[in-house]
Amino acid sequence: MATKNELTEKAKNIRRDIIEMLGQAKSGHPGGSLDLAEILSVLYFDVMNYDFGDPQKEDRDYLILSKGHGAPALYAALYEGGLIEEEELATLRRLGSRLQGHPDRKKLPGVEASTGSLGQGFAIAGGIAMAMKVQGKPNRVYAILGDGELDEGIVWEAAMSAAHNHLDHLCAIVDHNGLQIDGANDDVMSLGDIGAKFASFGFEVFHVDGHDIDALKDVFAKAKEVREKPAAIIAETVKGKGVSFMENDPGWHGKPMSDQDFAAAKAELEG
Amino acid sequence: MEKIATREAYGKALAELGKEDPAIVVLDADLSKSTKTNLFAKEFPERFFDMGIAESNMAAAAAGLAIGGQTVFMSSFAVFATGRCFEIIRNSICYPKLNVKIAATHAGITVGEDGGSHQSVEDIAIMRALPNMRVFVPADGVEADRMTRYLAKSEGPAYLRLGRSGQPVLFNDDYQFEPGKAAVLRDGDDVAIIACGLMVAKALEAADLLKEEGVSAAVINASTLKPFDEETVAAYAEKCGAIVTAEEHSVIGGLGSAVAETVAKRCPCRVGMIGVDDLFGQSGRPDELLTAYGLTKEAIAEKAKELAKTK
Ligand SMILES: Cc1ncc(C[n+]2csc(CCOP(=O)(O)OP(=O)(O)O)c2C)c(N)n1
Ligand SMILES: [Mg+2]
Repeated sequence: MATKNELTEKAKNIRRDIIEMLGQAKSGHPGGSLDLAEILSVLYFDVMNYDFGDPQKEDRDYLILSKGHGAPALYAALYEGGLIEEEELATLRRLGSRLQGHPDRKKLPGVEASTGSLGQGFAIAGGIAMAMKVQGKPNRVYAILGDGELDEGIVWEAAMSAAHNHLDHLCAIVDHNGLQIDGANDDVMSLGDIGAKFASFGFEVFHVDGHDIDALKDVFAKAKEVREKPAAIIAETVKGKGVSFMENDPGWHGKPMSDQDFAAAKAELEG
Repeated sequence: MEKIATREAYGKALAELGKEDPAIVVLDADLSKSTKTNLFAKEFPERFFDMGIAESNMAAAAAGLAIGGQTVFMSSFAVFATGRCFEIIRNSICYPKLNVKIAATHAGITVGEDGGSHQSVEDIAIMRALPNMRVFVPADGVEADRMTRYLAKSEGPAYLRLGRSGQPVLFNDDYQFEPGKAAVLRDGDDVAIIACGLMVAKALEAADLLKEEGVSAAVINASTLKPFDEETVAAYAEKCGAIVTAEEHSVIGGLGSAVAETVAKRCPCRVGMIGVDDLFGQSGRPDELLTAYGLTKEAIAEKAKELAKTK
């Protein structure tokens, strides 16, 4: 159990680490990484049963970053937990690094699934939850999806299967920032009512402000109480959260920062 | 030297083709800025469909649009356009032989920093294995432009493999693309280097290196992988007695395999393969990756020398 102050501090550090990594890498995805800071802070440092000293521990909860392009946020959280050394942050996206452009489970302990091809991580999470069920284990599985990622058919195949198999250890978190690459979700491919969609597939659905630490703690606690069906948490987020010139701008999905952008972003996050 | 990415040339050609041919429709899967179909989208919004991040639906919808009478171009990154959609391309596009062109960008390891999940090194192999599919890999922007124009007019399924990074322009404005023909760019007697895509430029550089060492190397641009120009390949197997293939793709199932299959049938000779050695890609700068995976002019020249000596 961590205090609100501690979790807020972790989220702040995660944002700072993300910008540091991406600024040095001169490529990568700032928008969809920054908006994950609070969700990852609350999951890793409060909600999940997770021992950073032993990332393969049998009783651990699993976190699958299905939107694999948010990798810098995942690496930042693992760094804050002590799984990654500070010097290594500068190697993001470089030849030979464990910090691949998209999470690679062969390379880095703490990465449970190799993701990057959208949609598959959520289905993998369902498979892990099935394994836990078969083995009668209590481990929970958290899968973080982008809202654009919901366009993929496999997401709904996985949703159907999760409900059918009563995967109450599975919790989907939708990072609902309203944007994908080509623009706003609803301009590219209308998503309709995401909550209603998951509910109709047999999920218990929750809504939360994805940047509100207390609300996140509360919603994860509620999701844990759900029995006999999977949970879906629709988290309202701001893409690029914390760096004003990146916020709500689809252009910052995968744009490299110039030296000035990098300095400006750092200055905002230090303040 | 002027550089242009083949995806760039594709996007520009497509936007021009839209004017000439009202039957052309273009589909993309939330990557139109990267695949450059956004240039067509700007000019012809009513004939452009962003299908969202749903490549499988895009491929099957492309089949339906073709049945409905449209000439369809669909684009995404190569790894998704071919891999995610493979069985749909097989059963809904190739089996019924429909007029769908899969123009996939970000092929190969020069995708760079995004890493192995995004670097397709097997797309030629799987597309080439499909009956009714034709496979094209342009050596530069000029050839990408000509291939795009050719495909707009030629009925039936086709795969056009395009790259992310800027590459040297090899051909002049008056370049004529001959589908199905492997073009001899430079003649030679000791060894034939048969290349496709960005490896063609490196093959030409390798031939220069070889010349300095007294080895006469032919350089052939095998930009149509299917139907494959067996005549030219067999003729050079006979003439040179040794072949080196060079491709930004796995050595399994791509150009190297097409050449080996051909010479095994027609005129056996040693074939050395420069390509990705049954490995996935990884993050890194495109140029670093090409070196790390041995896709260099030096590696081509080395292999060519070895084969020319021992034939
Ligand atoms: C199968 C697949 N298709 C396309 C892509 C390319 N891609 C990477 S991120 C992205 C947009 C994702 O949008 P969203 O899920 O909303 O993520 P976020 O807004 O949180 O960054 C796309 C199309 C991919 N990684 N995988
Ligand atoms: Mg989004």
